[in-house]
Amino acid sequence: MTTLQTSVPVRQASVDTPSLWSRLKVNRNFVALWFMLPAGAFLILFLAYPLGLGIWMSFTDERIGRAGIFVGLENYEWLWDDSIFWLSVFNTILYTVVASTIKFAIGLYLALLLNRNLPFKALIRSIVLIPFIVPTVLSAIAFWWIYDAQFSIISWSLMKLGLIEHNIDFLGETNMARGSVIFANIWRGVPFVAITLLAGLQTVSPSLYEAATLDGASNWQRFRYITYPLLTPIIAVVMTFSVLFTFTDFQLIWALTRGGPVNATHLMATLSYQRGIISGRLGEGAAIATAMIPFLLAAIGISWFGMQRRKWQQGSSND
Amino acid sequence: MSNFTLDRRSALKAGGTLLAAAATMSADQLLGYAKAWAQASPWKPEAGAKINLLRWKHFVDSEDAAFMKIVDAFQKATGVVMNVTNESYEDVQPKASVAANIGQGLDIVWGLYSLPFLFPTKVTDMTDVADYLGKKAGGWSKAGQAYGKLDGKWIGVPVAVTGALVNYRVAAMEKAGHKEFPKDLAGFADLVKGLNKNGTPAGMALGHASGDANSWLHWALWAHGGNMIDANNKVVVNSPETAKALEYVKGLYDNFIPGTASWNDSSNNKAFLAGQLHLTVNGISIYIKAKTENPQIAADMNHAHLPLGVDGKARELNLGFPILVFNFTKFPQACKAFTAFMLDPAQFNPWVEASQGYLSPFLLDFTKNPIWTADPKNTPFRDVGETSLTPAGVAQMSENAAALITDFVLVDMFANYCTGREDVKTAMASAERSTKRIFR
Repeated sequence: MTTLQTSVPVRQASVDTPSLWSRLKVNRNFVALWFMLPAGAFLILFLAYPLGLGIWMSFTDERIGRAGIFVGLENYEWLWDDSIFWLSVFNTILYTVVASTIKFAIGLYLALLLNRNLPFKALIRSIVLIPFIVPTVLSAIAFWWIYDAQFSIISWSLMKLGLIEHNIDFLGETNMARGSVIFANIWRGVPFVAITLLAGLQTVSPSLYEAATLDGASNWQRFRYITYPLLTPIIAVVMTFSVLFTFTDFQLIWALTRGGPVNATHLMATLSYQRGIISGRLGEGAAIATAMIPFLLAAIGISWFGMQRRKWQQGSSND
Repeated sequence: MSNFTLDRRSALKAGGTLLAAAATMSADQLLGYAKAWAQASPWKPEAGAKINLLRWKHFVDSEDAAFMKIVDAFQKATGVVMNVTNESYEDVQPKASVAANIGQGLDIVWGLYSLPFLFPTKVTDMTDVADYLGKKAGGWSKAGQAYGKLDGKWIGVPVAVTGALVNYRVAAMEKAGHKEFPKDLAGFADLVKGLNKNGTPAGMALGHASGDANSWLHWALWAHGGNMIDANNKVVVNSPETAKALEYVKGLYDNFIPGTASWNDSSNNKAFLAGQLHLTVNGISIYIKAKTENPQIAADMNHAHLPLGVDGKARELNLGFPILVFNFTKFPQACKAFTAFMLDPAQFNPWVEASQGYLSPFLLDFTKNPIWTADPKNTPFRDVGETSLTPAGVAQMSENAAALITDFVLVDMFANYCTGREDVKTAMASAERSTKRIFR
């Protein structure tokens, strides 16, 4: 910030040194401070303070309706050998990794497809966005009917076709339930990835492709050596957001399974809500929520440092 | 009663005989009664009082209509403005919890099970209202006292209870070789097995269904002599009795319709009314709906209490509905007046009738209402306010016991074993640990 300073104070031996206030008045840093204040206050009040409060709460035994006292790491100690907590950690990681990977693959494929000259391009692009536009809870309720143990449209159709004899138990069997909620999440998340990557694709200059074609590059080579490297910054941003959204997903699970069957789809977010708000143990709920922070930081770190600092992005070799 | 006039004096004189007429009161008469009641009531609503009331979303339309009539009469008679919001079973409690924590937003909450016990420091002492009602309507049942009192103080008023009883199809039961509904555990298991064999399966929720899963699974544990906590709040879930209960429920589960591990509170209603489910544990709401929408099922179904325990004693967990007044309300007198008014015999009797058996009383006089005997299929629901235990079982209802049931510790234990995720020992050990975490 000091480099911005234009009025360098002049050392003078004389007594008429300008007063502090008159020097401040012309100091650009001082003015800048005031301009930044609203934004800073906003961030502190609505982001830093709740986060700090949540972390503090996780060290107390606060319950709904009564303040807690400091209990140190007690909440974490109980979580450490709580099999349901570790199950929720496993579920969350599984959910995030599988859903994000598939969302990325399908999203990239759709983006490449939509980047071509298709008839009704604008219309198709807006249709792709639909799952993202529908409120999560509404789509979750729709999926809840699709997955219903007795009235599922999928089971019904397959039974009428004579392909199966019993209803499919979508949400009642552990792995089936995991697969079902992951599918619903993918359905919802693909448009975000696809449209953002499409925006990135359109910034790639066509002249690069022309040059490559003249050099005899194949389709794959053009993708591998032009599209992909130029898209990496966007991929890093999209995947960071996608991972964060998936990791902290709540509505979909809560509307579909409430963490069941037998906690097989409990994510850290839903478990935190169940313990913190439903059972009234705010301290414990906060501890589970706080336990998500390291995972989230790691996810951000991987995509940020792993994908954005590659040398070949600046044109040198990939070593 | 044709010369029934509605000034205050005659209303007071008429006393008990007035109640019979109350059921048939017109809106004007009801308002007259409400005015007379308000004048005589020990609680005088604050001037300009506005009350925000949150209640569970009704399953029986006529019940809600009757409730709103009471609200309406109270508003007109006292000038209190009431704002009533409905939330589904699962959402009442989180909303109430948030209000309790931030100390504003709601004045009265009418919720499930043990709601006032989750935040006993945030509720108004309702002892005066409970005593007043007890004197007026034949006293509180034992279960009513257990649901309302903490350390001798009434922290909520248990308005009513919904029986979680067996709903079954008569023809299917007879086909499975049972002329009468079995009263013992072995007979019940045999019935469920037989139903499955005939392709007319039973099914009870094993998912995170606040009402449907908790009620019958608590029964299963208690019936085998097991308990989550003993009378001194010591964690005793890891026991041979619990193991027996787990085995018993697994035997039932293996004969259930598929998918019960994912069921929520509405799943069994849907499946029963669609004719796919032939036995379940539920309130009377299925029957009420069947009467209008599917008379064939209504004619062929009946209700029964769950079988007695191994020691021959009846223990059931039915769904208590307590009402609470937050201590941060600006209008405590208005809230107390409303609570007393809604449970006043002249209001409550027509309301119980409108609910068609969904709301069973904790106040003993209301068990005499003709609704319980007019249709014999209603009768099993009459006494659930007397026979029910609280979720704490043999222990006193407490903040920790309230947290225990909302965290689905018991439901998860049974579901873990039944779905094969854990063996008996691990399922009990996990439940023991979770219970200790809450009772630390």
